[in-house]
Amino acid sequence: MRTFFVLLQKEFLQIRRNPFLPKLIIIFPILIILVMPLVTTMDVRNLNIAAVDLDRSSASQRILSHLDASEYLSLIYTTSEYNLALQKLEEGAIDVIVQIPKHFERDMTIAAPEKISIIANAVNATKASIGTQYIVQTIAKTFMELRGEKNAAQMSELVTIQNRFNPTLNYKHFMIPALMVILFILLCGFLPALSIVSEKECGTIEQINVTPTSRTLFTLSKLIPYWIIGLLVLVITMPLAHLFYGLASAGSIWLIFLSTFIFILGISGFGITAANFSNTMQQVVFVVFFFIMIFILMGGLLTPIDSMPDWAQKITLFLPPRYYINILRSVYLKGTTFVELWHDFAALAGFAVVFNILAAITYKKQA
Amino acid sequence: MKNNFIPFVKKESLHLLRDTRTLLIVIFIPVVLIVLFGFAISTEVNNVNVAVVAPKHTEEINNVVNRLAANEYFTFKGYISQTEIDETLRSGKVNAVVVFDSDFDRLVAQISAGVPSPPAIQLILDAADANTAMAATAYLQGVLLGTASLQEMFETRMLFNAQMKSAYNFVPGILGLIIILVCAIMTSVSIVREKEAGTMEVLLVSPVRPVKIMFAKMIPYFVISCIILGVILVLSRYLLDVPMVSGVGGIIAISLIYIALSLALGLLISTFSKTQIAALLFAGMVMIVPILMLSGIMFPIENLPKFFQWISNVIPTRWYIEAIRKLMIQGVPFIAVWKEFAILTGMGIVFMGISLNSFNDKLE
Repeated sequence: MRTFFVLLQKEFLQIRRNPFLPKLIIIFPILIILVMPLVTTMDVRNLNIAAVDLDRSSASQRILSHLDASEYLSLIYTTSEYNLALQKLEEGAIDVIVQIPKHFERDMTIAAPEKISIIANAVNATKASIGTQYIVQTIAKTFMELRGEKNAAQMSELVTIQNRFNPTLNYKHFMIPALMVILFILLCGFLPALSIVSEKECGTIEQINVTPTSRTLFTLSKLIPYWIIGLLVLVITMPLAHLFYGLASAGSIWLIFLSTFIFILGISGFGITAANFSNTMQQVVFVVFFFIMIFILMGGLLTPIDSMPDWAQKITLFLPPRYYINILRSVYLKGTTFVELWHDFAALAGFAVVFNILAAITYKKQA
Repeated sequence: MKNNFIPFVKKESLHLLRDTRTLLIVIFIPVVLIVLFGFAISTEVNNVNVAVVAPKHTEEINNVVNRLAANEYFTFKGYISQTEIDETLRSGKVNAVVVFDSDFDRLVAQISAGVPSPPAIQLILDAADANTAMAATAYLQGVLLGTASLQEMFETRMLFNAQMKSAYNFVPGILGLIIILVCAIMTSVSIVREKEAGTMEVLLVSPVRPVKIMFAKMIPYFVISCIILGVILVLSRYLLDVPMVSGVGGIIAISLIYIALSLALGLLISTFSKTQIAALLFAGMVMIVPILMLSGIMFPIENLPKFFQWISNVIPTRWYIEAIRKLMIQGVPFIAVWKEFAILTGMGIVFMGISLNSFNDKLE
């Protein structure tokens, strides 16, 4: 047991003495949690419109002013030449062109008037489709008003909307737990992997190999510092999120700690496994980088898993962050309980066991 | 002068080729990632799970529910009772619950007659994911209010991406992200490794000039990166069906500049780092987050707060992605991306300059 503590002490000393690591461990999480939520917004808010008004009537004026008044849209350019507007769109100055046909006002009441054209820059498909929806709704409303249909306004009273768990639709609150996940993946996955391979490259691992220390004990001594660092990061980031973004957990804090701990166990075991298969630090960084990209981009952090094709959704079942993200978000925002999440916990624990066993058996004491 | 440059390139190439494992990993990673992400990731919300609470099953209600179930955006998860709403949402089984009033038929009749009355339908959304909630609201309202009939009034054209594929927006982003990170990780160890191994001293006393050392270190990696680029472009074109309207010449030209810049960035990191660990952590870990978040891969730049829009100007990936989107998808002529091209070239020169400068310092 004494050897174990000495090993552990050595690890902590190595981390502390490294000129770069301690700074990284402190500054990186704070920066990410404070700064990144400001950036993560997928709202389609500032959609720039150019109008090609061929009618120049009071009806078309009304439509344009309603478009401009909408909080998501801004009318920045009006012309009667479609080509001028198209040029603006190609330059990227505007996102959508709305063209109102000639005699629009005159033909408004007949059954099949000439259509209003909406031409969107669809390079970003999401933005184009949501933006078009906004425009259609705004114009449709104006149109009903113009035709004197009174029930237009009342029709919208048919439905009330209740946004549970996040009434202000604050996307930051959705992203903060996700950013924490990125932190744990980076800090607790990357760092232990690098630390083992660096011993390999320096040759100091041979010295450990010739000692009677068992490989489990050695692996553990590598892992434990990062478990502590991970939990420390959680302790730092949770109050920060509360203080700066008013995000407090709706559910049990113990559940957050439990899931984080299991996740850190798993991801650090994953890092060590990757390290055992690599000879150089660069190699291990590439391998870990590869999986981290998959974890971040396919784990449901930034895009909904439900929108992926079926085969891709099946792949995500093998990604531990998927379960952890779900737990963290559910507990944080919805106050979901352990009973409702037990299969996510079970999956997470399963991964932790598998990765750590892999980490212990793939570490060979031979050179 | 050529005499000591060529052997040097040869030495660096040998270093690279001898490590077959790393070499294979380096080529394998970008290829797999681009294919995986190109097919799998969609930023659109195209599946909303919906449950329905209907105290009575009148014909009117059944019609609405059938309309919902038939809509491609929704997956109908069945009927639940009033008391199960909270639990169903909390456990994440559905994203939205549509609650019909027990007096639905009468209320609808009243509302369409213009008599003020309480709402007949309540939408309860899991707004934890604000994005999905907003999209779900828009889709549901369209179906429930039947404003769909007004759609006929409009003729909508989606320029450049008529099938509305997410991949069109995403492939350029992933391309920019992967190239810069893989290239920077490759070169980030090249100088600091020599420092750690002590072979740096040998280099410093040799008559080879620093500029040559730098270029010799970049050339083999540049060749590897070009191979990777070629494979990725072929896959994007023929497997992911990304159009590349304006021809492949401009895309390659700007990609080569971007690769050189990324390699130079790695060298810069390498000259400033004292240990390989620090260099690798910086290139492989610290850089991921700002590049992913601030270069418009996921989150459109124009949505960022002003301050971050300003910061994003110094991230090369932002300019590369903008240029590639224009060239690949909008099909503008190469002239239209001259600004991005100039900025990337300038950044590359600056990175090279600084790393040469700090390398020179070591000589003294």
